[in-house]
Amino acid sequence: MTVNRDRVLSVERLHTYFYTLKGVVRAVNDVSFAVDRGRTLCLVGESGCGKSVAALSIMRLVASPPGRIVSGRVLFEGRDLLALGDEEMRMLRGSRISMIFQEPMTSLNPVFRVGRQIGEMFCYHEGLSKREARRKAIDLMALVGIPSPEKRVDDYPHQLSGGMRQRVMIAMALASPKPGLLIADEPTTALDVTIQAQILDLLRALQQRVGVSILLITHNMGVVAEMADDVVVLYAGRKVESARTKELLSAPCHPYSRGLLNSIPGNPKYRGADRLESIPGSVPNLTSLGDECPFENRCPLAQGICRERFPEELEVSPTHSVWCHFAQAPAAGR
Amino acid sequence: METPGSYQDHSLLYEQWVQFRKAKAAVFGLVIVVLFFFLALIAPLIAPADPLAQHLEAVLAKPLTGGYLLGADDLGRDILSRILYGSRISLMVGAISVSISLVVGGLVGLLAGYFGGALDLLVMRFIDLMMAFPSILLAIVICATLGPSLQNAMIAIGVIGIPSIARVIRASVLAEKELDYVTAERSLGASHPRLIFSAILPNCIAPIIVQSTLAYAGAIISAASLSFLGLGSQPPTPEWGYMVASGKEYISTAPWVITFPGLAILLAVLGFNLLGDGLRDVLDPRMKE
Repeated sequence: MTVNRDRVLSVERLHTYFYTLKGVVRAVNDVSFAVDRGRTLCLVGESGCGKSVAALSIMRLVASPPGRIVSGRVLFEGRDLLALGDEEMRMLRGSRISMIFQEPMTSLNPVFRVGRQIGEMFCYHEGLSKREARRKAIDLMALVGIPSPEKRVDDYPHQLSGGMRQRVMIAMALASPKPGLLIADEPTTALDVTIQAQILDLLRALQQRVGVSILLITHNMGVVAEMADDVVVLYAGRKVESARTKELLSAPCHPYSRGLLNSIPGNPKYRGADRLESIPGSVPNLTSLGDECPFENRCPLAQGICRERFPEELEVSPTHSVWCHFAQAPAAGR
Repeated sequence: METPGSYQDHSLLYEQWVQFRKAKAAVFGLVIVVLFFFLALIAPLIAPADPLAQHLEAVLAKPLTGGYLLGADDLGRDILSRILYGSRISLMVGAISVSISLVVGGLVGLLAGYFGGALDLLVMRFIDLMMAFPSILLAIVICATLGPSLQNAMIAIGVIGIPSIARVIRASVLAEKELDYVTAERSLGASHPRLIFSAILPNCIAPIIVQSTLAYAGAIISAASLSFLGLGSQPPTPEWGYMVASGKEYISTAPWVITFPGLAILLAVLGFNLLGDGLRDVLDPRMKE
């Protein structure tokens, strides 16, 4: 897609399905994207569009009785993660690829002091002693902006606020000698707005400092605008548009992307208007989806062909692609 | 710890103790249990007589006569001393058999709950099979097969305690392993043993403590029952169940022989049950705010 600089992660034609009693749910259906060193890629889409499943697939943490990675490749620094042995994959988790979860309230083990949980990472991956690990934990807590870390290190998770816990999670994710990729699954969703901004600033500062690549999962276009270098828009398990952030924000080509951007209150076209635009309808039932374009039932441009097959890639520019039969018509402008 | 009086030095344990103290019945249970352990510990120091020494002149002596505070049994042995020494046996049987149940049942429950699938199915059906037998019957069968002795009684009681412990632990593992922190720890590279024993197990400790306390009470009863039937500790060991059995012939002429060891059993079991219920109230996550 783009000039191949230092590619950290490349997901190629990933299919992750869930086999349920009601049928096969194609949670991630033929999704590809790539993250370059030191850059941030955002996966955007509404709830249930496969963002989190894509992230869990990269980590190989998809719950395995119902879910299965059916096909595709996940290349991390050239190695296919899906072909690794369980033990190799485990060694990679936390040392080169880390993940921050959505719910800071439940993502920490309630019975251990936070310092121990951060320090444990150093014990796993570097074999440090408990005292050294504790010292490193304090350093990291200072790095992620936790005030008086030498006191907080002995707190239990329930004694910390949501924002502080999310910082602890970030500290844990950074507790590796050379982090390569940080997957942040809606890291700010559970936090209030001022804390959200702080956490995003923190992520950006840390990215500059340690040079980690970030795969950020969000449904918030504001977060995209602030954080992302590149954006991939997912809808019902399908990739519908991928672009540089600037391109997407200024000239969204897919009707779904346009709908997402139009439903942000800050959009200048609302000056004077008193109602937010919204996308009519809701996400289709994933078990009933076949080869059609999944957005067809909500799309203002839909025609017969949309029900028949999912469109081919359409290159708007070398860095901007869209998957829609009728995307060229309203490109640019608006 | 650095700033006295702040909320920080109120550890989780301390908060739970505060809550526990509010439940009078539980505190009462704790007092009984502690008292029994204390008496068992110092039995040789406070027992007025040798529990095995027979005094022909004192056969079936009434309580409060001739220095026999609780009377003497059919062989003229001091009942108080025998109860005191008997508490050592009952508490030991409880501790050892509950340990057996905990180790075996705990491991089974942890592994079945964590790995699920075919292992879970197979193991838990076997546990169901064990539960299909009345537990005392199962204990009798095991004891009778292994031969009557205190040691075999402990094994039998340990075995019949396995199913309930395994179920309780499996249930809480099933609940815990779905929680985000387990996925989070996996995402940080934790191995299976690490997740099971270092992440999940400590979070299941509350139901384990409660179940063990209640199982302790059950073990004391079962031990007494087996001894009563002659399958547990053998004469002349001062064991409560055996004392009850030997006193039953004199129930109309010398009721104290059977009453006092029976009361000891009752009190010990009551203590452990009250303690267990109280702990459940404190440790049950649904009770936490």
